[in-house]
Amino acid sequence: MKNAYLILAVLAIPLLLGTGMTGCKKKTADPFPGSAAVAGWEKSSETRTFAPKDLWQYIDGDSEQYIQAGVVSTSTSDYKYKGQLEAVVDVYTMGGPDGAQTILERGKTKDAKAISVGDEALQYAQSVTFRKGVYLVRIVAYQSSDKAAEALAALAHGVEANL
Amino acid sequence: MKNRREFLKDAAAGAALIAAQNRLGSASTAHGDDAKSKVVIARDPALHGPDSKLESTRVGALLDRAISAYTGRTRPADAWKRIVIEGGAKDKVIGLKTNGLGGKGISTHAALVFAIADRLQQAGVKPGNILIWDRNARDLQACGLTINTDPKQLRCYGSDVSGFEDALETWGSSRVRFSKILTRECAMVINVPILKDHSMSGLTFAMKNMYGVVEKPWELHGGGCNPAIADLNAFPVIRQKIKLTIGDAMTSVYEGGPGFRPEHLWRPNALIVGEDRVAVDQIAWGILDKKRTEMGLKTLEAAGRAPRYIATAAGSTHELGTNELQRIKLIEV
Repeated sequence: MKNAYLILAVLAIPLLLGTGMTGCKKKTADPFPGSAAVAGWEKSSETRTFAPKDLWQYIDGDSEQYIQAGVVSTSTSDYKYKGQLEAVVDVYTMGGPDGAQTILERGKTKDAKAISVGDEALQYAQSVTFRKGVYLVRIVAYQSSDKAAEALAALAHGVEANL
Repeated sequence: MKNRREFLKDAAAGAALIAAQNRLGSASTAHGDDAKSKVVIARDPALHGPDSKLESTRVGALLDRAISAYTGRTRPADAWKRIVIEGGAKDKVIGLKTNGLGGKGISTHAALVFAIADRLQQAGVKPGNILIWDRNARDLQACGLTINTDPKQLRCYGSDVSGFEDALETWGSSRVRFSKILTRECAMVINVPILKDHSMSGLTFAMKNMYGVVEKPWELHGGGCNPAIADLNAFPVIRQKIKLTIGDAMTSVYEGGPGFRPEHLWRPNALIVGEDRVAVDQIAWGILDKKRTEMGLKTLEAAGRAPRYIATAAGSTHELGTNELQRIKLIEV
């Protein structure tokens, strides 16, 4: 009798595992490249995530325009390029692609340079902003440098690949 | 229509109010220029080096020039002694309220904060009686500051350490809980904001920095922060303890604020000093609009983001100061 229970238990393991697997949702992708995933870049802080109601804690009055555009979640992490150039990556998950487009359009100025990242991307000397589907990504360097634009574009591609 | 007697009465009341707010910047008389709110703008075009880095030593010199022009005292130690005594803070805790919400790149510069702390110590204030503070550790670190709660040293921590009062206080539209740093620890606070464009209020500087002394500032952002900013500044604890503003206009964003927008970064290389926060904000508004116009942008008024709270704060309900340029004595050094 004991052997019968043992056989049933052994047979049940793959069944339970299978059930568990089918019951799991696909894990949400982490958009933030790990250290060295993009040449020269290191992730230098933990990722912080803010629900819309808490977004003010991060960006104060700026939060209102994202809430009006339907932000669902905001995540942010700091990065360093070759130990010198500091940058921050903000990933805004919007309710729909139109929300991401609204924010991108609002920040556009005449000196913005269009680059090929995601669905649409704008680059300045110290920042890259792009949208891809429901995501709006803003990458900002805190210092100016000859290599900042190139490095930021590479990091933007790294983030895009994870979305 | 006011008759002549009423007009003179109003004028006298206004002059007395402004004189009372100029204790450091005048001989406390209500006549002539002393009846005006004094605002000093001190500039140093070489404040940022060729590599765009802030020259810390020049910041101290700029601060001395600004405070000397404001107080009329040539020796910094004399000027700061007067600030401490007039502020009722002799042998008491003096707070330096910074603003690090915009993150690295657009927060109150640590070099300015340390220069102020250094001068206070030269004036005889013990290091442990100087408390640099803001909302939380992150904001302070964004300024380049390090948390330190040792009571024998220069202290630096946020309201996340002190907590907030349980009592909910009301003034006009504002219902707030104040940081215990403001209510219990500091006898006097020097306001050290940073000048920025603000997507909702138009401008963030002297008065808006008070949002960092309450528990839930996001509840105060409706209607372009008007009248909330004026209401908040009218609370007795703020009126009584925020004695002086030393505004950081060394770096600023003229568009896209309050966050860091390097594409709209600007270096006015200036400090703006005054006791009348309404007057300081009115002057700062003019500076910001001038830059926006130079850059081909609409003025804040034309962009639909005029900082209406300044006029509200100056109005008869609040009487926090003056926004009339003819009643502001602007000194540029």
